[in-house]
Amino acid sequence: MIIGIVSAAYIAAAVLFILSLGGLSGQESSKRAVWYGIVGMALAVIGTVLGPGIGNWFIILLMIAGGAVLGTFVASRVQMTEMPQLVAALHSFVGLAAVFIGFNAHIEAAGVAMLDGTGKDALSGFAGILAHKTPVELAIMNVEVFLGVFIGAVTFTGSIVAFGKLAGKVDGKAKKLPGGHFLNAGSAIFSLILLVMYVNGEGAWTLILMTALAFFIGYHLIMGIGGADMPVVVSMLNSYSGWAAAAIGFTLGNDLLIVIGALVGSSGAILSYIMCKAMNRSFVSVILGGFGATTGPQMEIIGEQIAIDAEGVAAALNEADSVVIVPGYGMAVAQAQQAVSELTRKLRAAGKNVRFAIHPVAGRLPGHMNVLLAEAKVPYDIVLEMDEINDDFHETDVVIVIGSNDIVNPAAQEDPNSPIAGMPVLEVWKAKQVFVSKRGQGTGYSGIENPLFYKENTRMYYGDAKKSVSDLLPIVV
Amino acid sequence: MKIGVPKEIFPGEKRAALTPDSALQLQKLGYHCFVETGAGLGAGFSDDVYRSAGVEIVPTSEALWALSDVIAKVRPPELGEIGRLAAGQTLISFFYPAQNKESLEQARDRGANVIAIDMVPRISRAQKMDALSSMANIVGYRAVIEAGNNFGRFFTGQVTAAGKVPPARVLVIGAGVAGLAAIGTATSLGAITYAFDVRPEVAEQIESMGAEFVYLDFADQSQDGAATGGYAAPSSPEFREKQLEKFRELAPQIDIVITTALIPGRDAPKLWLADMVAAMKPGSVIIDLAAERGGNCDLTIADQRVVSDNGVIVVGYTDFPSRMAAQASTLYATNVRHMLTDLTPAKDGVIVHNMEDDVIRGATVTYQGEITYPPPPPKVKAIAAQKPKEKAKELTPEEKRAQEIAAFKAQTKNQGILLAGGTALLLLVGVYAPASFMSHFVVFMLACFVGFQVIWNVSHSLHTPLMSVTNAVSGIVILGALLQIGSGNWLVVTLAALSVLIATVNIVGGFLVTRRMLAMFQKS
Repeated sequence: MIIGIVSAAYIAAAVLFILSLGGLSGQESSKRAVWYGIVGMALAVIGTVLGPGIGNWFIILLMIAGGAVLGTFVASRVQMTEMPQLVAALHSFVGLAAVFIGFNAHIEAAGVAMLDGTGKDALSGFAGILAHKTPVELAIMNVEVFLGVFIGAVTFTGSIVAFGKLAGKVDGKAKKLPGGHFLNAGSAIFSLILLVMYVNGEGAWTLILMTALAFFIGYHLIMGIGGADMPVVVSMLNSYSGWAAAAIGFTLGNDLLIVIGALVGSSGAILSYIMCKAMNRSFVSVILGGFGATTGPQMEIIGEQIAIDAEGVAAALNEADSVVIVPGYGMAVAQAQQAVSELTRKLRAAGKNVRFAIHPVAGRLPGHMNVLLAEAKVPYDIVLEMDEINDDFHETDVVIVIGSNDIVNPAAQEDPNSPIAGMPVLEVWKAKQVFVSKRGQGTGYSGIENPLFYKENTRMYYGDAKKSVSDLLPIVV
Repeated sequence: MKIGVPKEIFPGEKRAALTPDSALQLQKLGYHCFVETGAGLGAGFSDDVYRSAGVEIVPTSEALWALSDVIAKVRPPELGEIGRLAAGQTLISFFYPAQNKESLEQARDRGANVIAIDMVPRISRAQKMDALSSMANIVGYRAVIEAGNNFGRFFTGQVTAAGKVPPARVLVIGAGVAGLAAIGTATSLGAITYAFDVRPEVAEQIESMGAEFVYLDFADQSQDGAATGGYAAPSSPEFREKQLEKFRELAPQIDIVITTALIPGRDAPKLWLADMVAAMKPGSVIIDLAAERGGNCDLTIADQRVVSDNGVIVVGYTDFPSRMAAQASTLYATNVRHMLTDLTPAKDGVIVHNMEDDVIRGATVTYQGEITYPPPPPKVKAIAAQKPKEKAKELTPEEKRAQEIAAFKAQTKNQGILLAGGTALLLLVGVYAPASFMSHFVVFMLACFVGFQVIWNVSHSLHTPLMSVTNAVSGIVILGALLQIGSGNWLVVTLAALSVLIATVNIVGGFLVTRRMLAMFQKS
């Protein structure tokens, strides 16, 4: 009877999770969607805990309570601008948990194998399931354990590196050890050999060695990817953590784990795909790191960057009827979203048409800018996507680019030899005037020179984004 | 080299071709600047102000003409002034070579190089020296101010305790620079503004300034402004008839008419006829900006304000820029300075008269004893020819249907291949894998499928919440740890306990953060 109830709880949980992801299709329904997710998770955990073969209640309670406190602490302390780091850090937890669980499965399997028939019958829980597996099933289970640990380990170190890069603790530039991708490929092939050996019963050392190799792959793979590609990396790691969960689900014969793992895995994969498409890059070239090789020299940029002060920008804003703001990672770094929101409010109060143009890869996470603007209470119906607003730039009076660079780089359209050639960009240069709020004259994350800054209708408004925008506030209308 | 600016001798002309500001800039180019005493008085620049900007004051115009290498002035030179030009001397000024054949020939005979600032071609690069535009801008503004001065009512409509005031209705004919400036000024004063132009492509500019474009119901309305360098060309008699008919219809309701219609090198077309003036209400105002060339209105007398029999005021002043001499001088002097900047590529105070340069070539009307007017067409076209609007090709219903069917077939084929391939692969797995694995595998494949279907619908702005939800959800690995924690092996218990701990952090943290994020999304 208990098993039946557990199954029912699992079914309900799976449905709730699907509804939760589906509910994210709209701003309003998304608020309900989170609750579906929370209830689903609660059902799943309670169902499992109350199910057969669970012991050590005290430890479970202690750990869940501890984890909940830690989680609450982290979630309430984190700044919205630190969201990408947090998500990356949390992924590493899933990866590590997957590694542990995989090892446990191995230990249990080894323990069960040593028992005789009567001993096996006496076992309960996971060990009990193991005990009744046929040799073929055991071989398959070994493959699953191996895969689960491998993916989990890659996710673990990869997420830690991604966290380091996003938090600025590790240099954002693409770095590779000598040997580059051959090291990765070699490690992967070696892991495959270890897999074959493990399935043939070579023992625990193959599993441990593979884990070490997978840790290295995760580290080296993500180190080799530049900071600008981090949105893709984060969603890719998200996908990995899902596949790791699914692999563990196979190992443990738990359908709910399989379902949720597959949901998360496929959602991460689709997100990565959407993002790669937005950057006009193939998934492979992102994973292999750096930008693809270019043919021929890049166009030389003529002209000079002309600076402007706050009064100049404010005067143009006061005269403008339509204003488009293009935020980028620089806005997040400077924490300028509140000031930007205040500026928006003032301009809108003066009857101007103010809109935001968000490039799909602006920031370090997909939708990063939307979240920041939402935090600063910018109404979401004036926050538009690239495709919605790109045709409107030619009738826009003033465009303010705040801390974005590559996503407004006209070289993507004009220079076939540019490393970002063909990437869809926001065509801000078509507006009557463009102001670029920028820290200094350096290049963006991709290290590419931006001809926009040299255009005749572009003025550079140097300085920290938060200070720059705040300086505008008292002098606009 | 020395730049000299004489006092304008045209009666009532108050502008000056040099201001203290532009003098400072010219000195940076290596020039010495001279002005005739009192040349800037009309524009509010005394000799002392010039002196403090490093300009030398010359007491007589003879001396000034004699010592200067370059003469800059505003009005076209009169014959007496041309007589003072020396061979090799450069003159920069308005010139209107088409109307002033005699001056042109004289200037040639004197051997002077004359740059007519009104001949600067209308290309983007030359806009900074386009004095016609900068003067027209002033004219348009001043026309509205002058109209307001003569008009006995408010521009803006008001409802006051002392009664209701209707807004003034302004009609601007000709939407060149002056017309557009007038539209902008009239609109910002609160008037209801209408505008007419023979070039339909300026409708967009008119509307952008806040006026309503007066459309004519005329089949062949397609004058291409680009072909004539952005200026209007004469229209056909039929078109003119239609146009006058429209004006006649509008006349009784219009309070202020501002006419700016000019066709380069011709007398102003008569557009506002005596009967239209008669149809207007008493107290209405007509500002005729084409008065210098005969006027657009029948009643216009140049440089005079006349009142018609029915009390309509017709203003035919031709000195609007001079009425705002300080502003006009500043802009004109800047235009002249830009011209000199182009003429002094080395910034060493020596003029290089580069006849290969489109702008300089276009503006030069006499050069080294030759008349170089009219110039050859510029190499760069003034305005890109209006692209015919691309019409989305109307598909016939049959074509549409055929397309749909083709698309449907292609889709079916793709899906069919995918399904067949997927099934074959699954069958292959099924042959070798045990039944227990297969049942899980089915669940797995279905879940992947559901995931793909669901995620495509997630809106772009919610991708970060999606990621953080899926992140929280991936904490489901906790189930694995929970299943193992009951084991008898201490190592297993320890690892499982750790897993439960970190998975819980992930779940709780992920969901809380997502809630924080979503709570922020709000509608305006």
